[in-house]
Amino acid sequence: MINSLLWTPLVFGFVGLLMPRRYAGWWATLGTAVTLGLAISMVAGFNSGAGLQDTVDVNWIPGLGVDYSLGVDGLNVFLVLLTTVLWVAGTAFAAFREQERPHLFFLMMLLGETATLGSFLAQDLLLFVLFFDLMLVPFYFLFGAWGSDREDGPTAAAATLKMIVYTLIGSLLMLVAAIATAIISAQDGGHLTFSIAELAQHPIGEGSQRWIFWFFAAAFLVKMPAFLLHGWMPDAYRAAPLPALAVFSGVLAKVGAYGFLRVVLPLFPAATVEFQEVILVIALASILYGSVMAFTQTNIRLVAGYSSVAQLGFITAGIFALSADGSDGAILQMVNHGLVVAPLFVIVAILAERSGTEDLREMGGMAVRAPVLAALFLIVTLATLAMPGSANFVGEFYILNGLFDSKIVFAFVAISGVAMSAYYALRLYQRTMHNRKPDSLPSREIGLRDGIVLVPLVLCIIGLALYPQLILKRTDESVQQSVAPATGGGAAKAPNVFTFQEYRGGKR
Amino acid sequence: MNFNAPHIDYAALSPVLALTVGLCVVLLSGVFKPLKRTVPGLTMITLAATAGLLAWRWDNPQDLVSGALRLDDLAISISLIAILTAAFAIFFSTREPAVEEAGSGEYHALLVGSVLGMVLLAQAQNLVTFFVAIETLSIPLYILCATNLRREKSLESGLKYLIVGSLGSATLLYGMALVYGGSGSTDFAGIATGIAKEGVLGDPLVLVGIAMTAVGLAFKTSIAPFHQWTPDVYEGAPSPVTGFMAVATKAAAFAVFIRFFDVALAPQASDWQPALAALAAISIVIGNVGALGQDSLKRLLGYSGVAQAGYILGGLVVASEAGVNAIVFYLAAYAFMNLAAFAVVIARERETVFGDHIDAVRGLGAERPQLAWPLTISMLGLAGLPATAGFIGKLYLIEALVEGDYTWLAVFIAVGTMISLAYYLRVVAAMWMRSESAGAVPAIAGASPEADPIDPEAGRRPYLVVPALLAAAATIFFGVIPQPLVEFAEHAGSSLF
Repeated sequence: MINSLLWTPLVFGFVGLLMPRRYAGWWATLGTAVTLGLAISMVAGFNSGAGLQDTVDVNWIPGLGVDYSLGVDGLNVFLVLLTTVLWVAGTAFAAFREQERPHLFFLMMLLGETATLGSFLAQDLLLFVLFFDLMLVPFYFLFGAWGSDREDGPTAAAATLKMIVYTLIGSLLMLVAAIATAIISAQDGGHLTFSIAELAQHPIGEGSQRWIFWFFAAAFLVKMPAFLLHGWMPDAYRAAPLPALAVFSGVLAKVGAYGFLRVVLPLFPAATVEFQEVILVIALASILYGSVMAFTQTNIRLVAGYSSVAQLGFITAGIFALSADGSDGAILQMVNHGLVVAPLFVIVAILAERSGTEDLREMGGMAVRAPVLAALFLIVTLATLAMPGSANFVGEFYILNGLFDSKIVFAFVAISGVAMSAYYALRLYQRTMHNRKPDSLPSREIGLRDGIVLVPLVLCIIGLALYPQLILKRTDESVQQSVAPATGGGAAKAPNVFTFQEYRGGKR
Repeated sequence: MNFNAPHIDYAALSPVLALTVGLCVVLLSGVFKPLKRTVPGLTMITLAATAGLLAWRWDNPQDLVSGALRLDDLAISISLIAILTAAFAIFFSTREPAVEEAGSGEYHALLVGSVLGMVLLAQAQNLVTFFVAIETLSIPLYILCATNLRREKSLESGLKYLIVGSLGSATLLYGMALVYGGSGSTDFAGIATGIAKEGVLGDPLVLVGIAMTAVGLAFKTSIAPFHQWTPDVYEGAPSPVTGFMAVATKAAAFAVFIRFFDVALAPQASDWQPALAALAAISIVIGNVGALGQDSLKRLLGYSGVAQAGYILGGLVVASEAGVNAIVFYLAAYAFMNLAAFAVVIARERETVFGDHIDAVRGLGAERPQLAWPLTISMLGLAGLPATAGFIGKLYLIEALVEGDYTWLAVFIAVGTMISLAYYLRVVAAMWMRSESAGAVPAIAGASPEADPIDPEAGRRPYLVVPALLAAAATIFFGVIPQPLVEFAEHAGSSLF
C-alpha cells in the first residue's frame, strides 16, 4: 500500500515517456489522481491511536546500516494527502496548457512527487536525507529548462543554480550530520542504525547535539526559506514555471518544517531546548521581514513568495513553542498554507496570461467581468489572512496559544504578523481585482479548464474551515510524542508518552 | 648438486601471464597487415581472459613470488576496475585518429602494457615490485598521451607527462631508498617491524622517506598540490587515453597507496594521518575551485578528478576497514561516472567543431538525448546527488570518516561537493537549458579542426553510445541497489584487516 503510494507517480512518469506527446500530460494527471486515491484510502484507514502504521522495513544497504523504512503517523499523514492533492492540481493545470518537451516535463513533475512523498514517508534518517536531496533534481530541471529568463536579471539556469547551491549547502551538511548521529549513537555498544525511532531511544550526548542540530537546522531553514537564508527565493520564484512553482511552494517548503518535527525535536531534545530562542528569533524575523517585503513587492509572484516566508516563520514559531498546541497548529497551518498558496499561484498564472505581465501596477479591475474568479480569489485571500472561521485562523490560534504558554514575549511579536498578513493579502486582492482597469486589459471569466483546477482546491479550503478537527484529532498524539523529549514531558497530556525524566532515569 | 627451484604458483600468476602473452600477441598482430583488423578484438580477448582469471582467484588470497606480490581481493577488485576501464577505452578508440597515427598494434599493446603495470601494482608487496609496477604502468601512458602525432597539444601533453611523471617517479624512488635505509627492509611487512621501535617521527630518515613516497604517490593520483600536470595532460592527450588514465591510474595508485600506508605504516597511523588529511583537504579545495572556470570539458574533468582524489584520500586517512571499503566502492562508482562522461565528450569531439569545449554539448538534450542522458547522469553522480552511485560512495566515505574521528574532513567533502555543483550543473544546464550565448564557432577551441576530421554520425555510433548508456545505467543501478557493489568492496577491505 505505502509502497504503491510512493512509487506510482514515478512508474506513471516512465510509462508516460512511451505515450504520444499530446497525451503525456493527461497520462501524468491520471498518475497523480491514482496516487491521490491511494492517499485518500490511506487516510481513511488511518488509526489515530496506533502510532506508526502501514510500515515497510527492509534492509536496503546492510553494509552501511541503511534501511528502506516507510510509515505514516499523525505527523505526516496529512502532509502526504496535501502533496497528492496539490500535485493533481499542478499537473492538471500544466496538462491543460502546451508544454515544450512534454515527456520530460511530466516525468520531472512525477519524479518530484515521488521524491516529496518519500521524504514525508521515510522513517530511516538516511532515506529521509536521500529523498530530501532527490527533490532538488526534478525541480532543478523544471525551473531551469522550463523557467523564464529575465531581461534585467539572471537567466532561469542561473537562478536555479543559485537555488540548488543554497539548498544543497544545507542538505550536504545534513548528510554528514545524519551519519554522525547514527555513529555516535551506536558508539555506546549499539549496532549501527539510521532508524529514527531507534535513534530517538538512544539520544546522543549534548555536546554532539549542538553542532548536529545546526547542520540539520541549516538544511530545513534554507528549504523553507527562513530569513537570512532566503537569498535564492526571489530569483528562483520569478524564473519558475507556475505549475511547478505551485507544488514547490505548496509542499516542498513544508518538508523543512516537517523535518524539525520528525527529526530534530525527537533526536536532539537538549539542543532544541538550548537553541529554542535562537530559532524563535529567526522565525519572528521571517514573519516581520516576509510581511514587510510582501507589502512592497510589485511582482505578484514575489508577494506570494514573501508571504510564504512569513507564513513559514509562523509555522516554525509554532514548532519551537515546544508545546503540543504549537506543533498541532503548525501541522494544521502547513496543510492550510499549502492549500492557500497553490491556488494563489494558479490564479497568478491566470492573471499573468491575461495581462501579459506579473506586475501589480499594471493590473486591476478584473472582478468586473469575472465574478467567479473574484469570488474564488476572495476565499483564498480571506484564508490567507486567517479570517476567523477559516482553518488558518484555527491554525494560527493554536500556534499563538502554544507560544503564549511558553514564550509570551515572542507571542506578542508574532501577533503583529497576523495583522500584517491582512494587509498584504488584501492589497494583492485589491490591486488585481478592484481598482481601475487598464484599458488594454481584457477581463474575462475563467474558463472551464481553470475552474476544474481551481474549484476543488477552494472546496478543500472551505471543507477544512468547516472541520479543522479532521486534522487536529489525528495529529495530536504523534505531535505530543515528537515534542515530549524536548519539553521534559511538560506537554505530555496522554499517559503513554514517555517523559524526559524517565529517559534520564533509564539512561543511568 | 642439488638445485631447488622456487615453487611457482602458476594459477595465481595466471592473470599477469595472460596479460603478458596477450601484450605480445597484440603487438605482433599489429605488424602483419592481414591481422591488423583483429587487433582491437585480440585486446578485448586478452582483457576478458585476464578478468576471467582474476574472478576465478576471487576470495582466495595468496602470496606470490616469495612474497613480492600478493593476489588478494583488494588486488583483484582494483585490477578488475582497471580492466573494465581499459575495455571501455578500446571501444572509445575505434576510429580514433590517434590509433591510426601511432599504429593500431602499438597503441593497443601499450594500453595492455599499462594494464599489466596496474595489475602488478595492485598486488605489490615490497618497494621493488612497487616501483617496477608503477613504471610499467606509467611509461606506456607517456607514449599513449603523445600518440596523436599531428596535434601539437598531444605531443606537448606526452612530453609534459613524461617530465612531471619522471619527477614524481624520482621522488618516489628517493623516498623508497630512504625508507629502506631507515627500516632495513624493502618488504612492506619488514618495514612495519623495522620502524616499529622508533616510530615515524623518531627517525628523520624514515620520516623524509615516507614523506617523499607520499609525494610520489600524490603525483600519480593527482592530489593537490602535486596535480599541476593533470589538466594539461588530460586536455592534450587523445580522449580515450584520458578516460583510461583518469580512472585506471587512479585506482591502481590508490591500491598501493592503501598497502603502503594502511598496512605497512598502520601502527604509526596517528603520525601520518594529519599530513594526509591536510593533503586531502587541499586537494578538495584546489580541485573544485580550479574546475569552476574551465570551458574545456576534459580540463573540467581533470580538475574534478583532483577533487575526487581528495575525497578518496579521505578513506585512506582513517586507516580502517571501512575506509578501504569506501575507497574501493568509490573507485568503482567513479569509473562508471567518468566513463559515461568521456564517452559523450569523445562523441561530441568527433561530431562537432568545438572539440571538448563546453559548447560542444550545448542543446544536446534536444539534439541527441541518447548522449545527453549519460552525461547528465554522470554529472549528477559526480556531484553526489541521490539515486546515483556517487551519492552512496560519498555516504560510504563520510561514514568511514566519521567513524575514524575525522568528521572535519567529512565536512570538507560536503563543502567541496557544494562548490562542485557550480561546474557540474553548468554542463547539465548547457545540455538542457536555453543558453545565454548561442556559441559562435570558436577560432580554436582546444582542438585544431584540420587535424581531426569530423564524423557527423559519431553521436550515433554504437561503440560510443552503448558504452555511455551502459556506464550511466550502472551509475543509476548501483545508486538504487548498491548492495552488490558494497559486498564487492567489503571483500577488498576484509582482505587487509
